[in-house]
Amino acid sequence: MTHGAVDPDVDLHVPGQRAELSWSVLVVIAAGGALGALARYGAQSALPASPAGFPWATFWVNVSGCLLIGVLMVVITEVRQAHRLVRPFLGVGILGGFTTFSTYVVDVQRLVAWGAPVAGLVYLAATMVAAVVAVWCGMRVTRRLARVAAR
Amino acid sequence: MTIVLIVVGAALGAPLRYLADRAVQAGHDTVFPWGTLAVNVAGSAVLGFLAALPAGSGVMAFAGTGFCGALTTYSTLGYETVRLAEEGARFHAVANAAASIVAGLGAGYCGAALAQAVS
Repeated sequence: MTHGAVDPDVDLHVPGQRAELSWSVLVVIAAGGALGALARYGAQSALPASPAGFPWATFWVNVSGCLLIGVLMVVITEVRQAHRLVRPFLGVGILGGFTTFSTYVVDVQRLVAWGAPVAGLVYLAATMVAAVVAVWCGMRVTRRLARVAAR
Repeated sequence: MTIVLIVVGAALGAPLRYLADRAVQAGHDTVFPWGTLAVNVAGSAVLGFLAALPAGSGVMAFAGTGFCGALTTYSTLGYETVRLAEEGARFHAVANAAASIVAGLGAGYCGAALAQAVS
């Protein structure tokens, strides 16, 4: 297990990440962010929430993005050495652009404003709990599969 | 057109998260992920403002779905919270989740109040 890196976007405690800032890194983050945001828009368009309805699309976008970052970070930090642009493109760009915190906050405000404060509070807490559980499951399952594959 | 606006907004927001995160981390040396908290709070304030105006559909696609959506992140927040707990910093993990919710909602409501004040 690697220790030190806590922030999957960029963690300056990791010597390699202190020196990684370059145009190529910023370009792949921008490209990944655009793809992730389009995927989120697609999910929200396919499953639109009514003003007082539970925002299922954003909920599942955030939870699935958390599951995937758990898988990704274990693969590229514990299982194998990845190309230097893999984490910026997939982790910072695609998953960072796919998941969103600002929409989550405004969703809660909208539910409260439309007279559904209980739904707002449930959504507020359920997203955070499900997000953390999803990251944990993604990391745990990936570590187990990596151990099985290594045997 | 909506898709183009989202792409351009997100192509600006995602690198800005990366650069802002780096800049915030360079200013201190603790395990607490202040950088992610900062971008999530800032993005929530901007989107809270835009949603309360309310801004037009083009502005919302560019600045809301694209820019604020890509500037803010849940995957990084979730991963950091789990990593802090794994490293034995349980208090930091719980504080990170709680502070994100409290500061993010507070920022969203401040943005909305500002929108009502100027419109």
